[in-house]
Amino acid sequence: MNSLVTLNPQLATLSRIIVIVALTIYSVSFLILTWALTLKAGAKKQTTPLAVKLDKLGLGLMWFGVIIHFIGVLTRGIAAQRVPWANMYEFSITGSFVVTFIYLVALFWKDVKFIATFVSGFVVLIIGTANTLYFVQVESLMPALQDYWLVIHVSVAILATAFFMIAAALAGILILKTTKRFKKMNVLKVFPNEEKLERFSYQFNIIGFILWSFTLIAGAIWADKAWHRFWGWDTKEVWTFIIWTIYAAYLHATTTRGWEGRKAAWLTLIGFAAILFNFTIVNLYFKGLHVYSGL
Amino acid sequence: MPTRQTSKYVVVKEYNEPIEAPDISFKSWLRWIWKQVTSMKLAIILLLLLAAAAIPGSIFPQRSADPNGVTLYFRNNPTSAPVLDKLQLFDVYSSSWFSSIYLLLFISLIGCVLPRVGVHYKALRAEPPLAPTNLARLPEYKKIETTNSIDVAVQYLKSKRYKVIATKKDIRAEKGYLRETGNLIFHISLIGVLISVGLGSALSFSGQRVLVEGETFVNNEASYDSLSPGLLYKTSDLTPFSLHLDSFWTKYDLLNPTNYGIPIDFTATVTSKLPSGKPQKSDIKVNQPLIMPNAKVYLTGNGFAPVLEIKDPDGAISFSGPVVFLPQDKNLTSLGVIKVPDAKKQFGMAAFFYPTVGRLSTGALTSVYPYPVDPVLTMNVFEGNLGLESGLNSNAFELNTHAMKQIAGGKSGTKALQLLPGDSATLPDNLGTVKFVGFKRFASLDITYNPGEIWVLLFAILVLLGLIMMLITPRRRIWIRKTTTGIEIGALAKSRDEMLGKIVKELAKQLKKKIK
Ligand code: HEM
Repeated sequence: MNSLVTLNPQLATLSRIIVIVALTIYSVSFLILTWALTLKAGAKKQTTPLAVKLDKLGLGLMWFGVIIHFIGVLTRGIAAQRVPWANMYEFSITGSFVVTFIYLVALFWKDVKFIATFVSGFVVLIIGTANTLYFVQVESLMPALQDYWLVIHVSVAILATAFFMIAAALAGILILKTTKRFKKMNVLKVFPNEEKLERFSYQFNIIGFILWSFTLIAGAIWADKAWHRFWGWDTKEVWTFIIWTIYAAYLHATTTRGWEGRKAAWLTLIGFAAILFNFTIVNLYFKGLHVYSGL
Repeated sequence: MPTRQTSKYVVVKEYNEPIEAPDISFKSWLRWIWKQVTSMKLAIILLLLLAAAAIPGSIFPQRSADPNGVTLYFRNNPTSAPVLDKLQLFDVYSSSWFSSIYLLLFISLIGCVLPRVGVHYKALRAEPPLAPTNLARLPEYKKIETTNSIDVAVQYLKSKRYKVIATKKDIRAEKGYLRETGNLIFHISLIGVLISVGLGSALSFSGQRVLVEGETFVNNEASYDSLSPGLLYKTSDLTPFSLHLDSFWTKYDLLNPTNYGIPIDFTATVTSKLPSGKPQKSDIKVNQPLIMPNAKVYLTGNGFAPVLEIKDPDGAISFSGPVVFLPQDKNLTSLGVIKVPDAKKQFGMAAFFYPTVGRLSTGALTSVYPYPVDPVLTMNVFEGNLGLESGLNSNAFELNTHAMKQIAGGKSGTKALQLLPGDSATLPDNLGTVKFVGFKRFASLDITYNPGEIWVLLFAILVLLGLIMMLITPRRRIWIRKTTTGIEIGALAKSRDEMLGKIVKELAKQLKKKIK
């Protein structure tokens, strides 16, 4: 890298518009999926024909959205002449793309259709926030960021986040289903049983954990190159460690009597909360070497 | 009691049903697991405590990472800071409470893992355990009515790489030993990481040196501006190489209006030489340290070093050479101090260097651009005892003017000196002349060595491999038994294993169809 590139602000503006189009599609998808969910909740049987159709439509729209979204992310990268993940805005649009894409691909492998509403809702939230609060024009990278480890380290972190997000949605449902006060709610009948929720959540979490472990190691290798030590308890390093430790505790919990089920699910939610915290509050307000929120 | 404690080998829905302990080996297995379970709780709690204990270190400035932040915190919170300091909140990661949590965790880890190595070693050689009396109580169970022999299953299981022990009446099979192997590699490597980090930092050193273009650094203790060796490092172990800074340059973005003038590349071109070797030219960049034997040289900062020549009134040179100026902002407005103890009358100067000079609305000068387009040097002159002998002015970047009198700039009545490159000026009070000969760039270098690094990396990679190994390998036990009316199949998995049911179904199919 290290070479002078021609940035393309016009293309970046176009990219922003494309991302907003994707956002709109996701929003419609979210509404349709929510509608389907309420239909299912109201129905005597598991589903109604209309709900089935709406589900299909909602997921179809998500696919459509994710393709548009991809074009938006791609054009951002072309406009900036580098990977599109070097500031908060770019993390958000790339991260939400990866979350949606991983989720849709996971559908071929696991029947986790029932959290489609959550995923689309989450993605709408992220893109909406990114677009209103985090948008910045394309800029060149500061020298410390110009490294192939940026590509490796950050992309794997984003990927890990996608898996953790899906696991957290499943864990959230599990907690609602096992809470006395909510147990009776009709909506919850729509979702699979606890054993299945727990198993799916675990499977997404372990992939997330492997990826996160890799993120941590790759980060240390990069830190050694850029900051002349592989670990220095910089705020971002601290939070990467905290997140890793919470998920390690979670993994133990899943095989420990008295800790599986609800407690483990809570740990999943705490872990994911730490990820969101790391991404928002730590990026924006905490002091440290990782000063590239771009804001 | 132990019989009611079902094993974790049984999936959730079975938890509340008692499982009978049919024979000794199953029972001892349960007991072994039970022991694990008790200490696993401790592991969970310690891991969560560790996570929680790490948080304050991201809130309060840490001495290790941000010493200036700590100083500032003390200045801004004079009452609370000492209290926080007592609680070691500015040194969280070396604090007694943080250390005790992770040491306890690692003691628990060692106590937990070491015995398992032996157990696993035996398990690898042992036969799969005997079948429980009641297969129907296992998480997966199928009964088929057939007169077939159970032989088919043996081939099938062997082809799926199960370890199989078969008699006429029953089959015991197990696979997925890699799960435990991976688990042990993972946990043991974690200990390896911790030890490498600890020993590594004790045997490491790190030092700083500011080097102006044209200067040479020799790697020995005296050449460092600051040096912090680890507990076990001897500075006499430094490899005596030399490093000459040939040139330093910055590349700015002059192309894109959105970030015009942002530096996009820093390069220090150096010539290094080992005592026995030839001089070697290389570039040091931000993500690209120079690797020397037992040392890595990193580029951490840069700035300007104006070159000055100061003469006494009689023409004798009292000062000559480059002076390192500290950058004050992103446009490299730089502040430097010049002390002239060898002049007829001692004096010092506090100077500003502006790579591209501009004027603020207040009338004060500032730099408006980091590249030297229109460089200007201004100097305030102070006359009097520099106090170098008493250590008063020992910091090269500070001029203590308590015992001095300002004779140019500020309220002295004489304007500060303002020079362009090549200009000379006469100093007031008959101190002589000063010439702004030109300017050079300087590079701040960090030179570090940590022999533990490579081991940390190695163990970290093993951690990752062990992790992947353990998480993708399912461990399964299958028992098949011939009864009077047919065949029973029972299966157990160590983790949440959705394939288990399918495997049992497939086995049932195989056993049913092959009628000889
Ligand atoms: C430094 C702290 C530790 C970390 C980061 C860690 C991490 C992990 C991880 C990620 C797993 C994978 C769980 C799974 O299979 O889903 C695991 C499993 C396990 N850990 Fe630890 N561990 C630590 C300390 C301990 C300690 C102190 C013990 C002893 C009580 C322990 C005992 C186990 C056992 C028995 C398993 C296997 C669980 C199973 O798969 O059945 N670990 N550990």
